[in-house]
Amino acid sequence: MSKVLVVTSGKGGVGKTTTTAALGAALAQRGDKVVVVDFDVGLRNLDLVMGAERRVVFDLINVVQGVAKLPQALIKDKRLENLWLLPASQTRDKDALTEEGVGKVITELRSRFDWVICDSPAGIERGASMAMRFADEAVIVTNPEVSSVRDSDRIIGMLDSKTVRAEKGERVEKHILITRYDPSRAARGEMLTIDDILEILATPLLGIIPESQDVLKASNVGTPVTLSNADGAPARAYMDAAKRLCGENVTMHVPAERRGFMDRLLRRRAA
Amino acid sequence: MSMGLLRLLRGKKASAPVARERLQILLAHERGMRGQPDLLGVLREEILAVVSKHVTLDPTKVIVRLERGDEVSTLEVDIEVPNDFERKKVAVA
Repeated sequence: MSKVLVVTSGKGGVGKTTTTAALGAALAQRGDKVVVVDFDVGLRNLDLVMGAERRVVFDLINVVQGVAKLPQALIKDKRLENLWLLPASQTRDKDALTEEGVGKVITELRSRFDWVICDSPAGIERGASMAMRFADEAVIVTNPEVSSVRDSDRIIGMLDSKTVRAEKGERVEKHILITRYDPSRAARGEMLTIDDILEILATPLLGIIPESQDVLKASNVGTPVTLSNADGAPARAYMDAAKRLCGENVTMHVPAERRGFMDRLLRRRAA
Repeated sequence: MSMGLLRLLRGKKASAPVARERLQILLAHERGMRGQPDLLGVLREEILAVVSKHVTLDPTKVIVRLERGDEVSTLEVDIEVPNDFERKKVAVA
């Protein structure tokens, strides 16, 4: 059965696009057929993070408006057999995303893929509401930081009221994915704890992605982090999150500081 | 644990609990307001609209302050009306 998953957050820069690419790749690595769809009209970046920026011919808006057929616009990943990208338009206006048009595209994608992962733009306007409109499930990307948690709460409110499922009296299954988690700052009491965030947002946890150079390196080279450094902590955390999305029961790993006591002392002095 | 102890020794307060408390208070308020018109916002708009029917408002002489509290909130609208306003009006009439 096919699932539509929106990756959203409200706040910008928390890691939605990285997460879309990583989860998309992780699910495809498991053998599911996956399409990642960029809804950030005018500011597309999923193509860049996926390393497909030079292969974009048609985009979501072309398909919505009937200028191109869906198969013409889909870009097949060069590394993974089961992974596809539907890029956003760089030139059009987000108002070109009509609900009817987006609904048709999503229905067609559902018939072709196991997972339709919608990368939401930041904010709460048209692009973001269209990205979540037809979702069955939502990954709310949250940084352990007050403004991000506040925006996540707002987005949760929208998922519970502004989606097709919500309007039918059904639920969008929601998951919190905490990204940029810094164990040393958490230990020093400088960062909201995982428990704080989950209690405030009252939503179950999908995974914790530690702050890591791997993530930046992956986007530098245009490869989802689960492929670029599969043994690294972020890749493993994303793989686990993908397993949980598939209903597997995986023990949650809270990233811990791996430095020795002396390292910590030295680092504190330096900082 | 050791970090907590260190913090105690250094006499520094962790900022995370402050963040948590501020968020809890704020979100309790925001969740309550969700889907409802912002009463104080509406009041501000309408009060200014009524006043500007009679007085030409100089936007720089209008100060609106809003303080949202747990129990009560206050909306303070401070409008400076020039003393010669009445005289001008008579002159025009």
